Amino acid sequence: MSFEKDLARLEQIAAALDRADLSLDESLALFEEGIKRLRDASDALAKAEGRVTTLVEQANGALEERDAGN
Amino acid sequence: MTRRDAAPGESPETAFPVAALTQMAKEVIEGAFPPLWIRGEVAGFKSHGNGHWYFTLKDATASVSCVVWSRDTLRIPAPPDEGMQVMAQGQLSVYPARGQMQFMVRALEAEGEGLWRKAFEATRARLEKDGLLDPARKRPIPRFPRRVAVVTSADGAALHDILSVIARRNPSVDVIVVPAAVQGETAPASLIAALDRVARWGAADVVIVGRGGGSREDLWAFNDEGVARAIAACPVPTISAVGHEVDVTIADLVADLRAATPSAAAEAAVPVLEELVEWLASLRQAMRTGVQRRVVQARRDLKRWAGDLSLRAARSVERRRSRVQELAGRIDALSPLNTLARGYAVARDAQGHALGSAAAFQVGQAFALVLRDGQVDASVTAVRPGAPPSAGGAVR
Repeated sequence: MSFEKDLARLEQIAAALDRADLSLDESLALFEEGIKRLRDASDALAKAEGRVTTLVEQANGALEERDAGN
Repeated sequence: MTRRDAAPGESPETAFPVAALTQMAKEVIEGAFPPLWIRGEVAGFKSHGNGHWYFTLKDATASVSCVVWSRDTLRIPAPPDEGMQVMAQGQLSVYPARGQMQFMVRALEAEGEGLWRKAFEATRARLEKDGLLDPARKRPIPRFPRRVAVVTSADGAALHDILSVIARRNPSVDVIVVPAAVQGETAPASLIAALDRVARWGAADVVIVGRGGGSREDLWAFNDEGVARAIAACPVPTISAVGHEVDVTIADLVADLRAATPSAAAEAAVPVLEELVEWLASLRQAMRTGVQRRVVQARRDLKRWAGDLSLRAARSVERRRSRVQELAGRIDALSPLNTLARGYAVARDAQGHALGSAAAFQVGQAFALVLRDGQVDASVTAVRPGAPPSAGGAVR
């Protein structure tokens, strides 16, 4: 869910930077944070291929992902 | 004809027990009538405590007793209403305990979609009463899910459609298949268990629950009240995707989002990767622009403040300088040397102390008079206290 949070935060940051009522320090700190989150989000998207797995329940009720097709 | 030759039932001695008669009648009737559909009007419906249903099917001139065994009631969406025109499929038989003809119903359909509609509305009313259909309950679907859970048949067309749509739109998204039976008597329990697994697992961003199109009966698990409640209870936002566009199911009403088909559900769940990348780029640009504008503004502010500051500093120096000049003028004006310059003299004793009063002089005392251009040595010839000739005690 952190990807979703990153993007929500990014929107907040872009909107805040668009307002003129921030101090320079605040603006720079926000920008720095935004660039970091942007990089995390881009890295997540750059992941070559998502996995397709099957959620399997074991006898003890534990849940685990297994590669589909196995 | 001897008694020995009498066939069973031909004489009092070979009389059938009643049970044998009804058993024979049962076998004969069941053998004579294959399973078949009959139509008629429902009368005297009773649901017995053991789960079996009893009613009579009749028309203007005839009637037949009907029974639905409890295990068969599970396949019938709802009990029929009194007077309802129905078609019943089953086996004609005999109920030995009463020696009565009885139709054992396996399937029941009302004219039109009567029973389905009735069951649908009843379930809908119960869910509505519990607030589960309240639009305010609907949660937003996350816009950028990374992990999509799919509750459906592991080998159905729905799963295939969903996987290919997601792979096309955004191959970086993970798909977690949670297999479930989607039709038949086991489907509701299986769907509920799968949704429970998704809930306990907790790592999905969104869950698609559905199946491809089918008959009303095929889709019926998605009208099951328990399935609806499991969807409502799922902590992960839900997208329903059942059959084709025309079929609205109870699951559709409860889910956070209704998609018309499994493919549409996948499209609703997963944004296209390129659009996402573009959107990130536009966010980056917006942030750049914002912070650059702020920096430019800060630079401008700084320049203005610097100009302001040097102006204030110059003014402040100027103010101090004029104050110094004014003080210097005043000090100059008060200087005794100035007084001497105007022609006054100061009397001093031998030690150089100024003699400012007549009382400081004694007759015969030597003293000096300091003037603007030199000193005169003198001695006192007389002392006369009294009013001075002018202020200052100086001698002219």
